Amino acid sequence: MSAILEVRNLIKEYPGVQAVAGVSFSVAAGTCFGLLGPNGAGKTTTVEMMEGICRPTAGQVLYRGEGQGAQFRAEAGIQFQSTALQDFLTVRETLVLFHRLYPRQADLETLIDLCQLRDLLERDNRKLSGGQRQRLLLAIALVNDPDIVFLDEPTTGLDPQARRSFWKLVQDIKAQGKTILLTTHYMEEAYVLCDEIAIMDRGRIIAQGSPAALLAAHFEDVILTVPKADFQPPAQFDQALLDAGELWEVSTRDIPAALRALDQAGASLRRLRIRERTLEDLFLELTGRELRA
Amino acid sequence: MLRRYLALTHARNMEFLRDRASLGWNLLFPLVMVAGLAIIFGGPPRALFKVAVIGAGEPVETSAHPFLATRYAEFYSLPADQRDAAVAKVGRHRLDMLLDLGTPPRYWINPESPKGYVLERLLKAAGGPSLEHGAVPGRPIRYIDFLLPGILGMNMMFSCLWGVGYVVVRYRKSGFLKRLNATPVRPIEFILAQLTSRLLLIMAITLVVYVGTDWVIGFRMEGSHALLALVTTLGALAMIAMGFVVAAFVTSEELAGGILNLLSWPMMLLSGVWFSMEGSQPWLQQLADIFPLTHLVGAARAIMLDGAGVREVAPQLLTLSAMTVVFLAIGARIFRWRAD
Repeated sequence: MSAILEVRNLIKEYPGVQAVAGVSFSVAAGTCFGLLGPNGAGKTTTVEMMEGICRPTAGQVLYRGEGQGAQFRAEAGIQFQSTALQDFLTVRETLVLFHRLYPRQADLETLIDLCQLRDLLERDNRKLSGGQRQRLLLAIALVNDPDIVFLDEPTTGLDPQARRSFWKLVQDIKAQGKTILLTTHYMEEAYVLCDEIAIMDRGRIIAQGSPAALLAAHFEDVILTVPKADFQPPAQFDQALLDAGELWEVSTRDIPAALRALDQAGASLRRLRIRERTLEDLFLELTGRELRA
Repeated sequence: MLRRYLALTHARNMEFLRDRASLGWNLLFPLVMVAGLAIIFGGPPRALFKVAVIGAGEPVETSAHPFLATRYAEFYSLPADQRDAAVAKVGRHRLDMLLDLGTPPRYWINPESPKGYVLERLLKAAGGPSLEHGAVPGRPIRYIDFLLPGILGMNMMFSCLWGVGYVVVRYRKSGFLKRLNATPVRPIEFILAQLTSRLLLIMAITLVVYVGTDWVIGFRMEGSHALLALVTTLGALAMIAMGFVVAAFVTSEELAGGILNLLSWPMMLLSGVWFSMEGSQPWLQQLADIFPLTHLVGAARAIMLDGAGVREVAPQLLTLSAMTVVFLAIGARIFRWRAD
């Protein structure tokens, strides 16, 4: 697969802060690439430089091997983290406005159905719920039938149901062969949607690869969780024990041995759970910090 | 209650102090204000009446006639060969009175002018050689006929400057401009669209006011309506484009408001809306010439009061067109999509 977008040694400095400290990666055409990281990691700054909205202090962004020119503007669809729209316009009027700004145009009626906006067309765009508004913004990002779509934290602030329905939408878009660049701080979202992810922290990429490959490379264990009320760890407990708030977590590659150890230490296994390692764990492992902290 | 009130006051103070642009503006503004007041009200007290005098020396010799010692009237000297032009200015309310102390000594006032009436009474009460009453040719022009083009122009000016200046700054602050920047839209396309929208609105409103005023009080219209419409359009374009120079880069509503005030107040005072700049210091008249409103009001008056044609108002038409092009070019050049 060829790279549709390539980022080389991107640096962005603001007075006193280096928001992005030298980032390089490339996005293969037709894939969903995820930029992950906690708030303030530099995701939005990186994406805005890739979108051509914000000028890098140093480094290069190449779209189809060239700088971001008129072709890029015509072929990219962009959804900002927060977008202000023109007041007093209905959903349909807003869509028509943006639709007319592009030389290449998607079919509006198809787009309206795809983004489930049919029932909202005559509503003032200021009177939409969070999920409805994100669907409108996604539709705006798609009005030019883009080859590459940038989605900057599109599901932040949405309830779990709206988030899942948004994921479905993104998967539909990907099925059309479009390239997607997604930023998120929800690891589950990245796991579900992305073919490749780059985890950012403090302006740098600290890990990159497919979600499954990253997890496999860093973890061979699974986690057993026991509520703290059910288990009082003895002074000499031979398993790797992690404090996870309300729970004790036991990391192990040998489940029967871990179960025996817990049983012998007097733990009640009634509410024991076994889970696989997640990207959350990976982030914690890589940075020593909670992702959402 | 006091604690909440103080907390809110403090928060607003901090917001204001940390908005550097607004703060700088608010520090600068008093200085500009003092300078402006010094220019306008400094020196001798401002005259209530403007009187041109022929044949009393340069500058005017107070001894030539007792009337010339009247305070709060500005007497300025005029060569005899400009008498006919000055008579016409009296007719247009640009001069309150014209005195010719040659032979025979004569004076001209506009029979429709309250100031002219008062000056005539003062002249007669002053004693000294009596003067003949000269006639102002043509139908007398009322003060309202003089004022109306100015008021319409001023109304347009506020709408032009604030309607684009303030609104675009708000778009920038809210991030709507940033969203547009992510599309293929170019600054000049955005600017022209805003300009067209505002122009249509202003022309519609001005038309309603024009027709309404004519219907209620009736006013003088000697010239061509088509030419007046052309002048009005060009004037509106120039002033909207001027608003865009401000709107192109300012990111704070407070700063935009300040700059727009700084533009609109001198325009209102110096563009001849309320009183003619006749006899003012030359540099003040030159200053007034940089304002589009001066040219709009001047041309509108010439058309409405004197029936001027294209040839007579050509300088204003050209000036307004040139201003529009220059302001738009500057606006498009320095245009910023983002607030940060």
